Amino acid sequence: MSTSTLDRDLAPAPAPASLLNDFSIQVATVNGSGSQSSNLVLLHTLFQMGIPISGKNLFPSNIAGLPTWYTIRASRRGYIGRKKEIDFLIALNPDTCRDDVQGLEAGASVIYDEPLKLSALRSDLTYYPVPFDKLVAPVCPVAKLRKLVRNMIYVGVAAHLTCMEMPEVERALRRQFKTKPKAADLNWAAIQAGYSFAREQFPQPDRCQLQRMDGTRGQIVIEGNAAGALGCLFAGVTVVGWYPITPSSSLCEYLIEYLKRYRRTPGGEATFACVQAEDELAACGMVLGAGWMGARAVTSTSGPGISLMSEFVGLGYYAEIPAVIFDIQRVGPSTGLPTRTAQGDLSFVATLSHGDTRHLVLLPGTVQECFDCGVAAFDLAERFQTPVFVLSDLDLGMNHWMSPPFTYPEKPMDRGKVLTAEDLRRLKGDWGRYRDVDGDGIGYRTLPGTDHPAAAFFTRGSGHNADAKYSEKGADYIANMDRLRRKWEGAREHLPAPLLEHDSSSGVGVIAYGSTHHGMVEALDQMREETDLDCAYLRVRAWPFARSVAEFVRRCQRVYVVDQNRDGQMYHLLLADLGPELGARLRSVRQYSGLPVDARSLSDAIRAQEAAARPLK
Amino acid sequence: MPTTTSTPASTPSPKVNRIGLPATDYRGAKTTLCAGCGHNAISERIIDACFEMGIDPHRFVKLSGIGCSSKAPTYFLGRSFGFNSVHGRMPSIATGAVLANRTLQALGVSGDGDTASIGLGQFIHLMRRNLPLIYIIEDNGVYGLTKGQFSATADLGAKQKSGVINELPALDTCALAVLSGATFVARSFSGDKKQLTAILKAALAHRGTVMIDVISPCVTFNDHEGSTKSYKYVLEHEEALQEVSFVPAFDDIAVDYDPGTTLDVTMHDGSHLRLRKLAQDFDPSNGQQALDVLTAAHQSGEVLTGVFYLDTTKPDFVQQLGLVGEPLAHLPEAVVRPPRAVLDEVMASLL
Repeated sequence: MSTSTLDRDLAPAPAPASLLNDFSIQVATVNGSGSQSSNLVLLHTLFQMGIPISGKNLFPSNIAGLPTWYTIRASRRGYIGRKKEIDFLIALNPDTCRDDVQGLEAGASVIYDEPLKLSALRSDLTYYPVPFDKLVAPVCPVAKLRKLVRNMIYVGVAAHLTCMEMPEVERALRRQFKTKPKAADLNWAAIQAGYSFAREQFPQPDRCQLQRMDGTRGQIVIEGNAAGALGCLFAGVTVVGWYPITPSSSLCEYLIEYLKRYRRTPGGEATFACVQAEDELAACGMVLGAGWMGARAVTSTSGPGISLMSEFVGLGYYAEIPAVIFDIQRVGPSTGLPTRTAQGDLSFVATLSHGDTRHLVLLPGTVQECFDCGVAAFDLAERFQTPVFVLSDLDLGMNHWMSPPFTYPEKPMDRGKVLTAEDLRRLKGDWGRYRDVDGDGIGYRTLPGTDHPAAAFFTRGSGHNADAKYSEKGADYIANMDRLRRKWEGAREHLPAPLLEHDSSSGVGVIAYGSTHHGMVEALDQMREETDLDCAYLRVRAWPFARSVAEFVRRCQRVYVVDQNRDGQMYHLLLADLGPELGARLRSVRQYSGLPVDARSLSDAIRAQEAAARPLK
Repeated sequence: MPTTTSTPASTPSPKVNRIGLPATDYRGAKTTLCAGCGHNAISERIIDACFEMGIDPHRFVKLSGIGCSSKAPTYFLGRSFGFNSVHGRMPSIATGAVLANRTLQALGVSGDGDTASIGLGQFIHLMRRNLPLIYIIEDNGVYGLTKGQFSATADLGAKQKSGVINELPALDTCALAVLSGATFVARSFSGDKKQLTAILKAALAHRGTVMIDVISPCVTFNDHEGSTKSYKYVLEHEEALQEVSFVPAFDDIAVDYDPGTTLDVTMHDGSHLRLRKLAQDFDPSNGQQALDVLTAAHQSGEVLTGVFYLDTTKPDFVQQLGLVGEPLAHLPEAVVRPPRAVLDEVMASLL
């Protein structure tokens, strides 16, 4: 078990009256209004000022006209999970502004479009009415562009109120409009108009204050899907089959961009093939066809696509074909909430397809791990000759995360057990595709095109014996299935190992995985600081579980297992793996509103169960 | 060696092909299909065509879906890699396989159920991409393995063995292939040795998607009176659009032909496909004309065979994607893993 160090105390505590570098800004707009550029300018400004940030987009399944919220969190302690409370609201959506304001905690601040007349709603908030239309008109004479430029006004207003450094705002803006200097000038004028207006109208700074610190040096900001795509790029992927689906599309779109840029020969030829398939079934089929041929192939999808791929995944498992499948989870069942986040596919993916199947499932918790798992998944798929899943989610995949830069893969690619023509000559042609020569359940394969009379074998999803011959014999079937189980068991210690994120002798432990990690880290601090409950924290990063998971549970009296799904899917996988005696120590904590988990909800839920389990001191 | 059923080389076999292999090297396992099944005849023609064309079995892959037809690849070219995949989804497996290794020749075998019902979506998209692949439908109008239900290529009014009459019109896979973008579309009959062998050889010389619908009677479930896919019906109603012959590039014998009655098409490898006009004037480069003759044949109840469409100019999918010459599957790490500097560059852009 390895240990990671968490260094979150990056700055001194703020003066109690103000929220120095520790608050969240929520921008409530209508989707399709171009507010994303403004939000990214805010995000990057804070980041450039050295303040740890995270950016989360809560968007509808719609092209234009429905409400969307973007939340930027500044956290001097480096927390990058979602913060439950909104401290600073920018209310621009007439349809939601009243609810948005009513949902705030007392003391919060509100920038709003003046005609919305929100200040009468509550008396315990600080209001900043801004006449957006009046301000934008003089800086943007072309009326049809105003809709796009208008949102930059709030950047200027917020910059003044929270004391952003204007040179950093400009730098962030120019970065955003790198290729469009004219648009940058226009938007800069809008920001300045908002800034000047606010300076005159609101001379008092807000309680949400920003101040340069040193919390982002050397860090990058990236979405998990871009990180996963980079992982595939550096894993040497050559075939990509995909079908668009939210929230996974951007992974393959990033990957295609990277491949076009970095994977052409000097003569301009492609060392990759990307196919937008007719559906997810075909996408998965292409990956298996390519994997059978010996290529590194990937697809990326979300829940509904996983459902469609299930038949092919069973083929990949039984015929033992390497494949890498990213599942960027969204809320199911069925179409569910397509633009909200969940960890609801875990148990489905673990044994996807009919009959007895068991897959290898990687569970990245950070953008760095989306990259690392991207690289590792291909090695594992070829080593174990089986489909490997990388389970990310919408929160991790589509939101902006701060991270240390990724590290270049040091290990050479592992292409697994492949017999060449030369090997076959040495073996005098005596081999069988599914013979367990090494006792690890993994056979040797040959690749189509291998120039030896004995190289060819027949791949099939129907019953087969150790020599890949069609067989309906019970003994052949059992031998094959038992070997597949051995192979899977053997993978336990080869997958990304569980991380002991925090140790404690309290006897109370927490197991979490995936994007829950970021809220979990903060929730642990809350419990320790507020109620003296010091939980040990193990972060699981793959299924099947390494043996250290059982060791962790054995050292605890109670272990809270946190899932972002209704049924406690990780809890049940652990229960099945640990057996009834150790399993009795597990307690399930579930969050499944579709929003990224926040620390407060986690610490409240764990504390409530803990209070029931033992009398409070 | 357990994976091949070919006769040992010690058997005296004077007759070898142009790459020095005997015909037995192109055979597969013993068929388990019914005696008299049209599919077995198609396997024989594939063996003949590959032997005569001197196909290197190691450089050849055979893929299939599910059904009687899809079992067939086990029964030919035992020295070639095979993949019996899932129902109706062979096209996607083939797509991934061909893109991963563009240097191998690929042949897919499907059936009418596998193609025209469960696999219709993948079938059409395969044609649309013009993937270099020979796609054979072994078409008998029924589901054999599940005991004789109609498939979507069963003709309107055709009678099932149980007496049930088909009340839905047939899908014409050749018309669909022409419409969808295949560059070589033909129909043949498992019992027409000469025509089928010639078409298969031409298929082996083509770069792009070749779609051959082969009417292949099911002797067990669809060979009765009232069936439009029985041997008797097809023999009585087959109408050949042209007389098809093939002159391979390696054959330097010049065969005369009359340009007034015979169309000569030069294939990608320099071979010649010769189509001698029979009843009507027909231009296989004209897709609209193909659709017209297919529609007319449906109306008259004829089983029209021949080469309906041929385009030797359209780039195939591998060319469209601009792939390197070497198989993607075999590119070394130095080529497929970008250097450290690339990661540094990307990271710097995210700072």
